[in-house]
Amino acid sequence: MTALIALFWRDLRRAWGSGALWLPVLFFLLVATAFPFAVGPDAPLLRRAGGGMVWVAALLAALLPIDRLVKPDKEAGVLDQLAVRGFADEVIAAVKIGAHAIGFGLPLLIALLPASALLAQDGARVETLAAGIAVAVPALASLAVLSAALTAGHKGGSAIGGLLVLPLAVPLLIFGAGMLDPSGRGAAKLLSATSLLLTVIGPFAAGAALRGLRE
Amino acid sequence: MTSLLALDGVTCIRGDRLLFEGLSFALSRSDALWLRGPNGAGKSSLIRLAAGLLRPAAGTVVRRGRVALIDEAAALDPELPLRRALDFWARVDTVDGHAVDRAMAAMALDPLADVPVAMLSTGQRKRAAMARVMAGGAPIWLLDEPANGMDEAAAAQLAAAIATHRANGGAVLLASHFALGLPDLAELDMGALA
Repeated sequence: MTALIALFWRDLRRAWGSGALWLPVLFFLLVATAFPFAVGPDAPLLRRAGGGMVWVAALLAALLPIDRLVKPDKEAGVLDQLAVRGFADEVIAAVKIGAHAIGFGLPLLIALLPASALLAQDGARVETLAAGIAVAVPALASLAVLSAALTAGHKGGSAIGGLLVLPLAVPLLIFGAGMLDPSGRGAAKLLSATSLLLTVIGPFAAGAALRGLRE
Repeated sequence: MTSLLALDGVTCIRGDRLLFEGLSFALSRSDALWLRGPNGAGKSSLIRLAAGLLRPAAGTVVRRGRVALIDEAAALDPELPLRRALDFWARVDTVDGHAVDRAMAAMALDPLADVPVAMLSTGQRKRAAMARVMAGGAPIWLLDEPANGMDEAAAAQLAAAIATHRANGGAVLLASHFALGLPDLAELDMGALA
């Protein structure tokens, strides 16, 4: 158990070290800042479209660091060393997903406040957004680690990493943004179910991908 | 006497090339086996098979006890000072800091404790990887070219560490171009297997 805690802290330290903590936050805020300029200062339009934009930005922020989630560990031999010590690939994947969920999820939720202000979201919509993103963060982290593990063996793989998981992320976007629609009452439950499913599948799928990296 | 590491009828195929087949040997306590042979003979593949990182195409590999591995990658975080990078693996291996102290002293790494791993030379990094192996306290050592880039003093420290490990009942599987001046060393010429 101490070993897993050490692994978790190492991933978190590497995620937040040398200012990398602010990378997804800055990216997220960048999208929120650019969007009003692109669509114009029409407050009702911003309010309607901004919520969905927040979800797209959250998905991209989760996928932003996928080139440093698995590949450096593979190249440095860390994954081999862990495998030699008998850690199951699924366990390593689960630790990485947990660390990534905290590593980008927490800063993202904090950045949600200024982003919502920029996108003219009122208090109730910010609450809905925060609840939805908090529910989706483990699933987004699962998808990010999965695509990182799948592409770690390829040069320039991170570019296709986003494409790989996009189909799996679409339900999160639909139900997450659907929570903002007053008529979409079932969206929260469907988002939770989708997030749970992806979070449970994530460690096994990513673990299998890690195992494939050794062959 | 039960062996720590036993390979029975192991066949290794990489890509579509047969590297070796029907290879059997066993390492008991205090045993050491030197894998020699030209580049591409399958020394590293055999080490990875023994470590469980590759699956044999045929045959079985049995390990009784924990395994420590050195390969071409040091597996130490480049941005960390050496001591903290080694402490990470000590926590993963659940050994205390004294084991790291002893290993660093044995490989003459004390002056480098605060130097980031990224700043270390090739030989220094190999010494650091060796310290990681020593601190981990695993009975089975799998060393793939551990002396690459090492100067004579470091190679002597490595040889002394291997001798101490064997005296304490550990087993060593060593892939190397040269014998490191180790006494009482069994040999397996991989070049003759192909």
